[in-house]
Order: sequence, then C-alpha cells, then structure tokens
Amino acid sequence: MISATQKQRRFGLAMPAVLFIAVLMGGPMLIMVFVSLVERAPDGGVVWGRFTTAAYTQFFYEENLLGEMSFNTDYMQIYLRSIYLSGFTVLATFVVGFPTAMYIAMQEPRRRALLIFFLSLPFWVNLLVRNYAWLLLLRANGLLDQVLMGLWITSEPLNILYTNTAIAIGLTYSFLPLMVLPVYAAMEKFDFSLVEAAFDLGANRVQALLHVIFPGVKGGIIAGCLLVFIPCLGSYVTPVLLGGSKSLMIGNLIQAQFSAARNWPFGAALAFVLLLMVIMAAALRAVLLRGRNRREL
Amino acid sequence: MRSQGFQSLPWRFRGLSTSALLLYVYLYIPLIILIFFSFNGGRMATIWEGFSLRWYADVIQSEQFRAAAANSLIVASISASLATALATFAALGFRGRPLRGQGVMVPFLSFPLVVPEIVTAVATLIFFISVGVPLGMIGLVMAHTVFCIPFAFITIKAQMDTMDHTLEQAANDLYADPRRTFFAITLPLLWPAIFAGFILAFIVSLDNFVISLFLAGPSSTTLPIYMYGMMRLGVTPVVNAVSTILLVVSVLFVLIAAWINNLNKK
Repeated sequence: MISATQKQRRFGLAMPAVLFIAVLMGGPMLIMVFVSLVERAPDGGVVWGRFTTAAYTQFFYEENLLGEMSFNTDYMQIYLRSIYLSGFTVLATFVVGFPTAMYIAMQEPRRRALLIFFLSLPFWVNLLVRNYAWLLLLRANGLLDQVLMGLWITSEPLNILYTNTAIAIGLTYSFLPLMVLPVYAAMEKFDFSLVEAAFDLGANRVQALLHVIFPGVKGGIIAGCLLVFIPCLGSYVTPVLLGGSKSLMIGNLIQAQFSAARNWPFGAALAFVLLLMVIMAAALRAVLLRGRNRREL
Repeated sequence: MRSQGFQSLPWRFRGLSTSALLLYVYLYIPLIILIFFSFNGGRMATIWEGFSLRWYADVIQSEQFRAAAANSLIVASISASLATALATFAALGFRGRPLRGQGVMVPFLSFPLVVPEIVTAVATLIFFISVGVPLGMIGLVMAHTVFCIPFAFITIKAQMDTMDHTLEQAANDLYADPRRTFFAITLPLLWPAIFAGFILAFIVSLDNFVISLFLAGPSSTTLPIYMYGMMRLGVTPVVNAVSTILLVVSVLFVLIAAWINNLNKK
C-alpha cells in the first residue's frame, strides 16, 4: 500500500513537466500537420473544414496564369541546397573537430574539463552574435579582405559574403562544439592501449586511425554528425545573416510563408517535411547503432 | 595502467596539439574581434579610430534597447523559474526504481531540443492563433518554458543520479519524516544543480531568437529581435556594442553556472 501511494506521488511530481511539453509541443505539431492539409484563406489564415493536398503539390508543381500545372524545381532546389550545405558542414566540423576531440581525450582529467569548458563556452553566446561576428570578417573590404590584401595574398575583395560559402563557414563555426563533444565523450571511454597494440603489431598511423580508432568511437562520430546535421538543416539565423537571395535555405522558405507569402498551409507542409527529415536522420542513427550494440552483446 | 597507454601516444599523432590550438583560436578570434571593435570610436564598424565608449552610451540611452532588455529579462526570469520548478519536480519523481513509462518520459522531456527551432516556432504560432493565445508576453513565456525545461532537467537529473543517497537513507533510518529529509538533506545537496539549471535555462531564454521572432507581438520585442532588426540595416558600431553586451551577459552567466555546479563536486 505504501509503495502504491509513493508511486502515485512520484507520478504526480513527474507529470506536470511531461504534460506541459506534451501540450505545448505535441499540440502545435498536430495542428501544424492539420493546417498543412487544409485550404488557405485569401487573407492569410486557413479555411478549417476544407481539406486539400494543395500545399504538398505546390512543392512540385506550379500553376501558371492559364491554370495549367507545370513541374517546378525551385523548392526542391532549396531543400537540396540545405541538405548539401548541412552535409558539407558535418564533414567540415568532423575534419576540424576530430583531432581536437582526440587531443582533449589524451589530457589529464583536470585539463580535459577545462578544455571542454572553453570549447563549449562560445556555444552559449547568442547565435545572432556569433554569426554577426563573421559578417564583420567576411563582408567586402571587411577584416578578412583587409588582412589578405594587406599581406598581398589577394589583390581584390573575395566577395564571399552572401554566398553558399559564407553560409557553410557560418554553420561550421556555429555548430562545431556539437561535433567535438560527442566524439570526445566516446574517445574518453575508448581504450587507447588498443592503438598502442596496433602500433606494436606494425600498423602505421593511417591504419591505426581507420581500423582501430574510428571503429572504436563510431557511436560518438554518428552522434556528432547527427547533432550537427539537424540544426544545420533547420537553420535560419545563418542563411538570413550571411546568405543572399540566391542561397535560401529551408528555414528562410518556411519563414517567408508566414510573412510575405501569407501561405500557412504551404509553410506548415514545408515545416512538417523538415520535421520528417529530422526524424528520419535520427532513425538512421538508431539503425546504425543497433547493429553495433548487437555485436557488443 | 590505462594512462600509461596514451601518455606515450601523442608523439605518434604529432599534429594533434597544433590543430587543437588552431581550433581554439578559430573559436575565439571572431568574438574577440567583435568585442575589440565595439570600443572603436569611429563611425565605421571595422576601421579602428581609437578607444571610446560612445556606442555603449548610445545603446544604453536608447529607449528601444531598454524596453527590449526589460521584456527579455521578464520573459527569461519567469520562463526559467517555471521550467526549473517543473524540471526539479520531474527529476524528483524520476529517481529510484523506474516508474512505468519512465523510459519514454525521460527522453521525451528533451524532445524540444530535437525539433528544429523553426518548426517549433511555426507550429506554436499556428497553435497559439487557433487556440486563442494572444501573441506577446504570455505566449512568449509559455513557449520559452517549453525549451527551458530540458536544460534545467538535464542539469538537475545529472546531479540527482550521481548524488550520494546514503545520507537520505540514514535520515530515514533515524525516523525523519519525508518532508524533513527533503528539506534537511535532499534540497541542500541538490540546490547547486537547481541553481545551475536555472541559470542555463535563463541564458537559453535570453538568447532565443527564432521562436521569439514568430511569437512576440509588436509590443513585446525581445533583445535578440531588437538586435536582429539593427543587424539587418547593416554593420554598425552600435550593433557591435549591443552584441558585445549580450555576449558578456551569456558568458558571465555560464561562468556562474559552472562555478556553482562545481562547488559541490569538491
């Protein structure tokens, strides 16, 4: 009897937080899916009772003035660009971050904690501020150009700002700690005497890296890739500050449907598709890690 | 034994310390440059003309800045308090023998971190408008509380899991009633984590931009929205100053949170 009331009390303690998130995350997600399936109202809202898949066909087809439907790749291009830029960012953060994760894991515990702290500190700085700092560096005749031209490395401004390159730089800078932290966490548990053994058995550095270290920290690498990929795919701040009109990403496209375009169903559909992509990426990770756990058992 | 293993390794991967050093330089240089130029006396954002605090004076005297800062502080205080309370209760509920469904509910509390912000923003906007929550402070507080909960919860739960439970056991054995045990033992052991969780939630709320952009009405502009409005107009020394203020506030709060969270580990 006592344990039953105890259990009820514990449920009572845990429930408010769970319910709060269930209502204020679950509710919005459900309504978003619903809105993506109804007709848009001319004034910007939606007509609740009239179901249509127009928002989803609009993604592929465009209606011209004569009422004919023609294939339209504009939106697909924006999704592909987002995937491509996010993939590139994952790769860049991995290349830049992996050696550091390894370096930190090899330090004494006290120094490790300090290095991790200073790695994550910039991450708490406002995302707008971090991207704005790159605006100072990248803009035409900005600091990067001043330095490069001052050193006679280049003779004219690079004109990187408002391009895909600028977005990639901004995204890499913004989300780098999200790659390093999980890789480091896996490295910390990794038994480096295995690497020693590989060297003793005549492996060179590349072989040790590919056949011993990478497989040993695979879980951390996959987690890092996912943690970087997801916020990149849905990023809004970086493309809005550093990207131009020719380098829109999914986030910009969604936002436009709720401001200038006033097309809620389409905006909701775009957001829902983005959410599905994120869920798929997370599911992929689960699949990749399941194989690994089975082997460990 | 294990430490010997990797003491001898570093020289085999010789580039490691250099690339780690470069990474830290890369992380901090842009921010240091930004801070440096916020003290620039000239009208150009990135051409140094001597030290001055004039842009800070401009910022602080701005009516809009003050209003936005006030809104941000109000939203962050209320949301972080609410989220910390909810997270503390949840962490207390989720300790000991797992409850039914706990394996689903604990990760569910981190759900707000998984969904891209732009999706949450759009979905919450639609939800609020269709349910009838007016855009403005109340909506902002509700939405901010949602994504503050995971930050507070993860911090508090981590402390709860590593905490020494024998003291509570001892209090129980000595016939302290649950209330007394909670206030005399559990809470004193837990409060640094609760406070650290609160501060993290507070910064996350203070810094939030995307969700606020969609949900703030015209009268409840927050600091990041105000700053974004200025950034869109171009690179100016005033933006450098506003950015630096926000940067310093975030860093200070993180330092406080880390310091407090470390107190009870010594």
